[in-house]
Amino acid sequence: MRIHARAGQGAITTAALLGTAVFMEGGYAYAFPSFGAARMGAPMNAFIRISDRAIRLRSQIYNPDYVLVVDPTLIRNVDVLAGVKDNAVVVINSREPLFLNSKSAGIKIIYVPATEIAMRHLGRPLGNTALLGAFAAVSETVKLESLKEVVKRRFPGEIAEKNIAALSEGWEAACCG
Amino acid sequence: MKDFIEGSEAVARAVCLCKPGVISAYPITPQTHIVEGLAQMVADGRLKSQFVNVESEHSAASVVLGAVAVGQRVFTASSSQGLILMSEVIFNIAGMRMPVVMACVNRALSAPINIWNDLQDSMALRDSGWVQFYAENNQEAADLIFQAYRLAEDPRALIPVMVCLDGYILSHGLEVVDIPEEDKVTQFLPPFNPSEKLDTANPKSFGLLAGPDYYLEIRHDLHQTVKDALTLIPDITADFKRIFGRNSGGLVESYRLEDAEMAIVSAGSVCGTIKDTVDVLRAEGKKVGLLRIITYRPFPEELILQALAKVPMIAVLDKAVSLGASGPIYADLKAAFQGKPGKKISGYIAGLGGRDITPDTIKEIFKQLAGPEVSDQFIGLKN
Repeated sequence: MRIHARAGQGAITTAALLGTAVFMEGGYAYAFPSFGAARMGAPMNAFIRISDRAIRLRSQIYNPDYVLVVDPTLIRNVDVLAGVKDNAVVVINSREPLFLNSKSAGIKIIYVPATEIAMRHLGRPLGNTALLGAFAAVSETVKLESLKEVVKRRFPGEIAEKNIAALSEGWEAACCG
Repeated sequence: MKDFIEGSEAVARAVCLCKPGVISAYPITPQTHIVEGLAQMVADGRLKSQFVNVESEHSAASVVLGAVAVGQRVFTASSSQGLILMSEVIFNIAGMRMPVVMACVNRALSAPINIWNDLQDSMALRDSGWVQFYAENNQEAADLIFQAYRLAEDPRALIPVMVCLDGYILSHGLEVVDIPEEDKVTQFLPPFNPSEKLDTANPKSFGLLAGPDYYLEIRHDLHQTVKDALTLIPDITADFKRIFGRNSGGLVESYRLEDAEMAIVSAGSVCGTIKDTVDVLRAEGKKVGLLRIITYRPFPEELILQALAKVPMIAVLDKAVSLGASGPIYADLKAAFQGKPGKKISGYIAGLGGRDITPDTIKEIFKQLAGPEVSDQFIGLKN
């Protein structure tokens, strides 16, 4: 999976939460960032590989099965669909469909109003957990329950609860939206 | 206990289990998370250690040198420009036979300024008298910390050890790591109890002037001691396996070299990418393999000669360059095979400044290895 965000928007935390959930389910993951300009607000990627055995491959991901777009303003300057596999699933943080020039006919694009969900539950525009919930809904990779458990362990009481609510709403938005 | 953590945290937790009495460091990307983690452990009271904030890496290295000289177990970490600023002290630490353990989170050197990964920083200090270990993954990075203290403080060694891990790829990359229980670490690593230390009740000095009458012998002794670590390291890794139940660290690792017609020699996390690519090429019927250098200094020449004895074509992949010469591992390998006929040994330089090394890069190196013999061929240059 390739995550598109700006530095400071929590892409690495998103990848870490997902990887930890996979690890808790007995799988293996390797999550890592790639910074461009290495400063807040600059476009960056986080990547995560998931497998049932230890991962040795260290290169970046050029042909993702999944793409997560945390910040939709990036699509003006960044080709978020670059190299995606023919049957890739792309989860984009947006209330409404955006114009994306897709060369692959089979890719599935899902729009989730993650920022609105986050504002409602967290009061801050951090849509990452809502997007993760959406990802759990559209992939067989990880269970929503595992993500909830990871959030519960990672964040203190109230923040965890709010994020779990955002996770669930993201999940619903993707499977019912 | 297994956890999903980044390499920096794995190293910080391993260091914490070794209970250094003094830690000093100056933050520099991408090493920062290691010492941030340790500072937090000290602040939380989980680690009883004196954390000394300093104004530069030169001071950080000087603080740990002073602390180890009075008999404290110490730790520091750095990267790139920070490591290079330390270098004056780095050489002194080895010359005074001080068992300092440090982590080098590998990053390119300026100029131009570049925060991304390659091995140029630690490679520039290969001649300093430090043992250098290169980790392939986060588990090994943590395990090498325990082994580094064990080796450094061995009365037969008393030499500093640098554990190198690739910046971002490992330091900021999260994967499953098994952090051992404290009792196993206690069993593996005895308390640091040096026979010689600075003591106000019994004054002495380290690092005094040695003129032409003595210097040659002292350098010879240090050289010999660093080389002798080649016999200590296999015992340490065997003991590590006995206590922790896993193979980790060591001198070199052979991967699918039996019957190999082509092999790549390299170090660090790129070896994981090479292993995966070797598997793909093997599945296509190509006889290829990897020799991974874990201990680069001292240079395990005999083991390398044995491991590659039957491999006719050898590519050395260096993520560093001795500007105006060749890649450093390539030069060492050529020297090791000097006078031994029937080998093609080519040197390739890739991945400088964080340029991604992909399976295609590795395939390209194997492809070029079949061509003319080269010494310093850069891979992936843009026109």
